Amino acid sequence: MTENFDYSLIDWSRAQFALTAMYHWIFVPLTLGLGFIMAIMETIYAKTGDPEWKRITKFWMTIFGINFAIGVATGIILEFEFGTNWSNYSWFVGDIFGAPLAIEGIMAFFLESTFIAVMFFGWNKVSKKFHLLSTWLVAFGASLSALWILVANAWMQMPVGMKFNPDTARNEMENFWDVLLSPMAVSKFTHTISSSYMLAALVVIGISSWFLLKKRHLVFAKRSMVVAAVFGIVTSFFTILTGDYSAKVIAEHQPMKFAAFEGLSIGQHGAPLVALGIVSSSPEDPNNENVKDFAFKIEIPNFLSYMAFQDFNAFVPGVKDLMEGNAEQGIMPAAEKIYRGRLAIDALSQYTIAKKAGDETGVAEAKAILDENFQYFGYGYFENNPGGLVPNLPLTFYSFHIMVMLGFWFLMFFGIILLLVYKDRISTSRFWLRIAIINIPLAYIASESGWITAEMGRQPWVIQDLMPTMAAVSKLDSGAVIVTFVLFALIFTTLLIAELKILFRQINNGPKAGGN
Amino acid sequence: MFETFSILTLQQYWWIIISILASALVFLMFVQGGQTLIYTLGKTDTERSMIVNSLGRKWELTFTTLVTFGGAFFASFPLFYSTSFGGAYWVWMAILFAFIVQAISYEYRTKPNNFLGKRTFEVFLFVNGALGTILIGTAVGTFFNGSLFSVDKMNLTNIFDSAISRWETPFHGLEAVLNPHNVALGLAVFFLARILGIMYILNSVKEENIFKRGIKQMWYNAVPFLVFFLYFVIALLLKDGFAYSPGTGEVFMEPYKYLHNFIEMPLVLVMFLVGVVLVLAGIALLLFKNSIKAIWYSGAGTILTVFALFLIAGLNNTAFYPSSFNLQHSLTIENSSSSHYTLTAMSYVSLFVPVVIAYIYIAWKSVNNKQIEASDLNDDQTHVY
Ligand code: HDD
Ligand code: HEM
Ligand code: HEM
Repeated sequence: MTENFDYSLIDWSRAQFALTAMYHWIFVPLTLGLGFIMAIMETIYAKTGDPEWKRITKFWMTIFGINFAIGVATGIILEFEFGTNWSNYSWFVGDIFGAPLAIEGIMAFFLESTFIAVMFFGWNKVSKKFHLLSTWLVAFGASLSALWILVANAWMQMPVGMKFNPDTARNEMENFWDVLLSPMAVSKFTHTISSSYMLAALVVIGISSWFLLKKRHLVFAKRSMVVAAVFGIVTSFFTILTGDYSAKVIAEHQPMKFAAFEGLSIGQHGAPLVALGIVSSSPEDPNNENVKDFAFKIEIPNFLSYMAFQDFNAFVPGVKDLMEGNAEQGIMPAAEKIYRGRLAIDALSQYTIAKKAGDETGVAEAKAILDENFQYFGYGYFENNPGGLVPNLPLTFYSFHIMVMLGFWFLMFFGIILLLVYKDRISTSRFWLRIAIINIPLAYIASESGWITAEMGRQPWVIQDLMPTMAAVSKLDSGAVIVTFVLFALIFTTLLIAELKILFRQINNGPKAGGN
Repeated sequence: MFETFSILTLQQYWWIIISILASALVFLMFVQGGQTLIYTLGKTDTERSMIVNSLGRKWELTFTTLVTFGGAFFASFPLFYSTSFGGAYWVWMAILFAFIVQAISYEYRTKPNNFLGKRTFEVFLFVNGALGTILIGTAVGTFFNGSLFSVDKMNLTNIFDSAISRWETPFHGLEAVLNPHNVALGLAVFFLARILGIMYILNSVKEENIFKRGIKQMWYNAVPFLVFFLYFVIALLLKDGFAYSPGTGEVFMEPYKYLHNFIEMPLVLVMFLVGVVLVLAGIALLLFKNSIKAIWYSGAGTILTVFALFLIAGLNNTAFYPSSFNLQHSLTIENSSSSHYTLTAMSYVSLFVPVVIAYIYIAWKSVNNKQIEASDLNDDQTHVY
């Protein structure tokens, strides 16, 4: 029976991972984006030789350093958590998943941390050119580390390039390039980095606006703003393009997640896109509390079908189709997948028994059944709990829509800022300067919402279709995880407060005369 | 090139890489050792700041090595990653907490309005220095003494209780400190890190008073280091070890296993002896000749010694992560590694390591070519912690 699962252990382990990942993500996107913004500024300094540009560069580097330190502090824990809290997962897919983590360390983290040292300590010690190169390398190093970790994450959403080996009871890598270049990896990487670049642009514009509002350091603020706004409009455009591409990839490979994005209960041809909506609290289908409708919605007809499949009339499956099946559309019911998953799991166990007994026909038979059904392996764990196959719909829906709406809003905002700069009215447009400050928290909300969409939407899978969260967790007492959860919450919150207080003080101090 | 190697060769190659990373990590823990001496060696604010600034230029290197060590272990021996981290939960969590608080301390310590106060960040550095070294050393001690865990891959087919690795005691790693041999290694690493810390600080800070105190402290740390290290090594050579038969993989206890490993791999024995001599030579150079070059001798010695210890833990048919719960569940480089394909792919990546070492060397040479002096702390062209 299902009560054999320690659900409290699973929930706390998830909560702990979510907490630590979301804390890490507070700091990472700014590191990713600010790196390039600084590098662009320093390039202008190197070209013009104007000391004001050096002052500007150095101010943003100080902000970068404060943010970077806490990014590192929150990052180390994530890497080890795969082992400490998801140990079964670490074996089941470690043969594929470990590689990007190791490559990240060897290729990216050393690059970043070495050249950060040159960037901070080398101003008067190395040539201008070498210093500039170092700053660019820091920026590239950060994005390179994002590449590898996102390849790892994308692989969990869309496992490719591997084969299950029954002798070792794990998935083994067969093609590294398939892992690296899967469409999911491409969409994850491009969308995540472009959105992070955009977030950094919003932060730089927001802080510069504050200086303009206070009428301090006007040259500094205006110049920072121009660089950031140009950087921002380009990257926000890319964010939308790559976000749209992500949605297409998901529609194809993670249909349940896609249905959750849109709160689509019942599939249809020419599905409309819900631009705005409130998910109703009562289930639409008495047999399935996860199938919910909207209490209120504004729709754009046929747009969802177009977004997913570039065809205004295409069929988009809903939660109900995916659970109960839809013969017309060739969608297998969940019950069938569960049955097949169970076959695969049992075949693995028979394979092992036969192997021990030296029974070769038994081995061959079991292997055949296993190979045939392996793609449903993870479903076998849901025998008593098919409802567990549906992710949290309202949360996924809301976080997705918040992100998308903010994405369009930011694009517009960058346009407005550039226009005001062009007309030389930016210092007097107090309304837009205030909006710019409000946009800073909004940027973080959009970014975190993106991850909530991605990670909650893929529930219950850690590895899509192959391993559910509950089979991935380490065998611990939930009490132990509760203790570490609380400790993480306390320590990260304390560090965040320290970071913000230091950051606000540094901003308030403004750029220094000598630059520092 | 690597494709043509046998799986065993690749496993050995990767065990060697892991051992190199581990030895580099222990050497770089001079940062941790130094952090426990900030108040012992520095009596004024300026002196302490000089020490913190000299360590602060290297802490990222140690930290990144630790992260890479973890990643490389995951990629090459995933079963160790899942068994040890998920099982000895408390030990690893304590280590992680000690490193979380380190990462912000340098950057935030003297920043205005830093919320916790300078002193708190210095305490964080101390905690990291002490806990980080002792616990990592103790955890590595279990490589020679075993832990209480079981591994059964077929648990995966039990859909309600599918964990492959299980820790067979509720203490989840804390029990490791009950074994004096583990703890001796932990304390040896701690005092070694302090020895290296002193050497590093004396080499990179130009300040008479710090120098004098450093020499005195060297005595206080060299003696306990020798006591714990000798106890650890002698006990190691005399104890039964976890051996396995290469054909069947069956694990059994072999008297004097680690001594045999040294004898059967004479090159490793030579490295070990040279390493120990170099560590001692560094200590002697500092104590009797006041040479600031001591760090290079003891540093190189540390790398050789730790490298050799890791090699005898995993090579020559030795189970590197033994289970004292059930010998047959012990992890060996053969039964815990990644597949041939992954080890091959990662081996190509490992060729990148010399490139990394080269640019680290170039970058550091260009920014860090002279000793820190008190006046550097007021230089507004550079970054000061
Ligand atoms: C400032 C941040 C930000 C903004 C404005 C947007 N995104 Fe985003 N989005 C992210 C930041 C982000 C992210 C944090 O980077 C995520 C989380 C996981 C990922 O791959 O990227 C993400 C995920 C994510 C996913 C899910 C990927 C998955 O589940 O694997 C989709 C489909 C989109 N985004 C689509 C969009 C669209 C169509 C946007 C249009 C306007 C948009 N995003 C704006
Ligand atoms: C830093 C950005 C990230 C954020 C903010 C984030 C957010 C989250 C959230 C909110 C959850 C909880 C979902 C739930 O339990 O319902 C989660 C779970 C998880 N995420 Fe992420 N994630 C991030 C990046 C990653 C990456 C890069 C990986 C893998 C390489 C990853 C792997 C996991 C795993 C293994 C879990 C636990 C299993 C689960 O609960 O589904 N995450 N993450
Ligand atoms: C859950 C998966 C993740 C793990 C295991 C992880 C691991 C780490 C570790 C260990 C560090 C410290 C590195 C150092 O020693 O310098 C770090 C920092 C960093 N990580 Fe992550 N990380 C995760 C998610 C992400 C994601 C999703 C991104 C980007 C898209 C990212 C980008 C970075 C960057 C740019 C840094 C540099 C320091 C900073 O954050 O400011 N990480 N991460």
